[in-house]
Amino acid sequence: MLKTFSIGGIHPAENKLSAESAIQALPIPQMVSIPISQHIGAPATAIVKKGDEVKVGQLIAKSSGFVSANIHSSVSGAVFKLDDIMDASGFRRTSIIIKVDGDEWLEHIDRSEELVKDIKASKEEIIKQVGDAGIVGLGGATFPAHVKLSVPPGKTAEVLIINAVECEPYLTSDHRIMLEKGDEVLVGTQILMKALEVNKAIIGIENNKPDAIAHLTKLAANYNGIEICPLKTQYPQGGEKQLISATIKREVPSGALPIEVGAVVQNVGTAYAVYEAVQKNKPLFERVATVTGKSLKNPSNWMFRIGTPVKDIIEAAGGMPEDTGKIVGGGPMMGKALSSIDVPLTKGSSGLLLLPKEETARKATKACIRCGKCVSVCPMGLEPYLLMVCADKKDYERLEKDAVMDCIECGSCSFTCPAHRPLLDYIRLGKGKVAQIMRARK
Amino acid sequence: MNTKVLVAPSPHVHSGDSIQKNMYGVVFAMLPALLFSFFYFGLGALVVTLTAVASCYLFEFLIQKYILKTEVTINDGSALITGILLAFNVPSNLPIWIIMIGALVAIGIGKMTFGGLGNNVFNPALVGRVFLLISFPVQMTSWPVSKGLTSGYIDVETGATPLAIIKEGLKSGQSLSSLMDKIPSNMDMFLGNMGGSMGEIAGAALVLGLIYMLIRKIITWHIPVAVIGSVAILTGILHMADPEAYAGPVFHILTGGLLLGAIFMATDYVTSPMSNKGMIIYGVGIGVLTVVIRVFGAYPEGVSFAILIMNAFVPLINVYVKPKRFGEKRK
Ligand code: SF4
Ligand code: SF4
Repeated sequence: MLKTFSIGGIHPAENKLSAESAIQALPIPQMVSIPISQHIGAPATAIVKKGDEVKVGQLIAKSSGFVSANIHSSVSGAVFKLDDIMDASGFRRTSIIIKVDGDEWLEHIDRSEELVKDIKASKEEIIKQVGDAGIVGLGGATFPAHVKLSVPPGKTAEVLIINAVECEPYLTSDHRIMLEKGDEVLVGTQILMKALEVNKAIIGIENNKPDAIAHLTKLAANYNGIEICPLKTQYPQGGEKQLISATIKREVPSGALPIEVGAVVQNVGTAYAVYEAVQKNKPLFERVATVTGKSLKNPSNWMFRIGTPVKDIIEAAGGMPEDTGKIVGGGPMMGKALSSIDVPLTKGSSGLLLLPKEETARKATKACIRCGKCVSVCPMGLEPYLLMVCADKKDYERLEKDAVMDCIECGSCSFTCPAHRPLLDYIRLGKGKVAQIMRARK
Repeated sequence: MNTKVLVAPSPHVHSGDSIQKNMYGVVFAMLPALLFSFFYFGLGALVVTLTAVASCYLFEFLIQKYILKTEVTINDGSALITGILLAFNVPSNLPIWIIMIGALVAIGIGKMTFGGLGNNVFNPALVGRVFLLISFPVQMTSWPVSKGLTSGYIDVETGATPLAIIKEGLKSGQSLSSLMDKIPSNMDMFLGNMGGSMGEIAGAALVLGLIYMLIRKIITWHIPVAVIGSVAILTGILHMADPEAYAGPVFHILTGGLLLGAIFMATDYVTSPMSNKGMIIYGVGIGVLTVVIRVFGAYPEGVSFAILIMNAFVPLINVYVKPKRFGEKRK
């Protein structure tokens, strides 16, 4: 029996349409808009002004605190202006807009394809380099990576878990990275192990990617302490707590971080970025994203420069299909619907999904038939039907008591409900309120 | 370009499951038992089923349209289930007008007074059945003897159910072993060769329906297993303690609508608990109460009452029995 997490879970149609498509480089646009806030935490502070000449990889906005991240130019050219533009979240955020001229990289970036296996950097140097390179969690959470590498005093990391689950339907960028950059991922994993001072790493991969499992298992024989762990395909296995439960059978307590059970989780794409930063001196200014959808001509995977407009990647995949009903940044379960295709792709853009209208249009909500299906699929052991009722009745005390804050917003409940009840919509509202109340109490 | 895109929160896709799919799935699962009852009780079974189903649809429609003046939801399939279950629970020679009263009580009192599907506390079909049992005790307990496909409707030979034979016999001082000779063999009972209501007679057909519902994930195993398991254990203990006074587990499981109740009535979504733990407590409750009523109570069979009593506890179970939260210490 393959391993998986302890409770709940669903198996949505996988729809990995672009799994066979090798990563291609997306053409550099004429203009990029690079938001100064692409991560969880404080926005970075812009250090360039209108008219400045920049090169690829040059720092253009500086991290403004411990939980913040540096931002580098993804192109060479001149700063056209700093302006508030709409980003993928729908909010207007300050962005550095650069007019592209050629493709001139900073000299110290090693652009060769050659694998550098030997890790020279010390633990401290690695953490500093990861921070300097502006690396954030590339699975979509965009939490600054160096923060997770700095284990708080009194705690010890025992194991590094690499999230290569890619449990969101449709997305294939991590899958392609494993197939095409397997050695780089493994060296990146060893760098992370060194930073955390652990001698064991587990790479969790769902068994709907047998080629990636086989490939990495073969390569991992040449690396010490890295174990490839095939997992049963089950959503939301990519959730941190679920992945830890699946791989090492430990449950992170409510409200606690993974380090509580001795684990640190990093995404497989992050491991690749760490390799590039530490071994190749390359900061995070490009990444891989999947552009996909059933009506799309050419579902595919692209290495794009950060700040490229969403419409460019859609063009590259054959243009927007007529029947598009929703444009989702990310996967169908947890991605964000975009209102415009002019917004820039950022560090957190793992994919772009064009859903046909009939696939995404919501059906009429019916009365709850008390079937309990939402309860049985919830990976956190919550009672979504009840949380929805309490959120609707504004019974925040009960919401808190019934652990609404544990909800990871995976959407399994809404996905499953035969009465098409918008459970997560209400739960999110309730969660926001309860969080406010809890903060006020402190 | 297409500017009219939807912007709504995640998740952006749905499983495609619906209330109808589940309800008609249950109906499909009841088909083997339904066919069995036609096969054993002929015309009577057909008349009773059609009357019960048509009346449930009619009353639901009339009440929603003219009394409550709400959206008419007869297409969701739940009235069909109530109709078939009601038919399953009555003798196949029950007069049409009594069936209609049963349907009116089931839909009108059992379902609509609470606010319709999703809000009712008691299983509607059982509410109808128990009402009939109390109001028309004679008609409701004269069970036709199977004459196969050619069985008639009203004018049929009747006989007692195996449970009633045992119960009455024990009361009049006969020994269990002598009574056992008067009832059908276990195999015959499993295949439906006994007196009883339309839906309860054919254990094999009911089990087939259960398997189908489990595969389609319409229900989970918790309730049927808890009910049947607790009945088996309890009657097993009693039987071992005094084989002359108490019948064994196989007999209890195959008779008196236990399988029908455990598979199709206790598992009703609306009136059963939400969490797995809750479902097991509820199922065991039904099993224990059934045995208590059968062995010590006035009625030879107790499943209907046991389910209704446990239905009443479901809101309480839902409040106090929480699913195991992720990260909670295992006790
Ligand atoms: S969104 Fe929240 S409540 Fe719904 S299934 Fe996921 S964790 Fe449970
Ligand atoms: S899945 Fe939907 S219908 Fe079923 S209990 Fe949950 S909210 Fe109610």
